[in-house]
Amino acid sequence: MSTLRIARTVYDALRAHGEETYPHECCGALLGRNTGDGWRIEASARAGNTRTDSAHNRYQIAPAELVKIEREARNRGLSIAGFYHSHPDHPAQWSPTDFAEAHWLGCSYVITAVERGRAAATNSFLLAGTTEEDKRFEPQGIEVSERAESPAAP
Amino acid sequence: MNIFIPTPLRAYAEGRDIVQVSATTVSGALDELTRSFPDLRKHLFTGEGKLRAFVNVYLNDEDVRYLPEKESTAVAASDTLSIIPSIAGGSAAPRKRGKASPGKSGLSTKERH
Ligand SMILES: [Zn+2]
Repeated sequence: MSTLRIARTVYDALRAHGEETYPHECCGALLGRNTGDGWRIEASARAGNTRTDSAHNRYQIAPAELVKIEREARNRGLSIAGFYHSHPDHPAQWSPTDFAEAHWLGCSYVITAVERGRAAATNSFLLAGTTEEDKRFEPQGIEVSERAESPAAP
Repeated sequence: MNIFIPTPLRAYAEGRDIVQVSATTVSGALDELTRSFPDLRKHLFTGEGKLRAFVNVYLNDEDVRYLPEKESTAVAASDTLSIIPSIAGGSAAPRKRGKASPGKSGLSTKERH
């Protein structure tokens, strides 16, 4: 099983985001670096949920917002490494909709269950495979690092 | 002009996040890109040569689909083209709308704004 490494500040922020938007779904992007053996998430970017018609059980990030998030990430030397969203009063497991609409192969999809307004389980799923036809979600471990990692001095 | 390659497609562009092309239109730029990196083609286009429904192409901050001349739009060297797969989901089951056609394309994006 692969592991998603994520800074404590980011982990706490994405869970707090789910509590803030409850009973609606929150969503955002995870920004990180590819370390050679998986992503290390160093920042996140909150996004607006454009699914105002069904925000309690759907989310969508406007592509225009993603373009801006990507540009900002690039300027900081980071890449979009995945996305997060919440499941209000619903388990932290991917849904058929999540799978059908997941297209960022090799990226992590992090889901937080928010039960009656409080963040509960947070799980990560790697969108594995190489095409739309053979893609699949694989559960990943989450390793929360307490300190912001900086390149080790030689 | 620069084309920004999204994370999932970098593996098919020798790991690059930016590819420079010298084309004068959006479609010319995408052609040049996929000539240089042929493996990208099937990830961007359907068998019929149309952009896959979940692949968004932005010229600077504009969705190419909504530009008057769409992919024929002229581009300048200072413009940027962003390729951005869509991102959506939710806890609900997918809505069945119209005739569901799980055809060869495997596309299942139902929402489009
Ligand atoms: Zn979901």
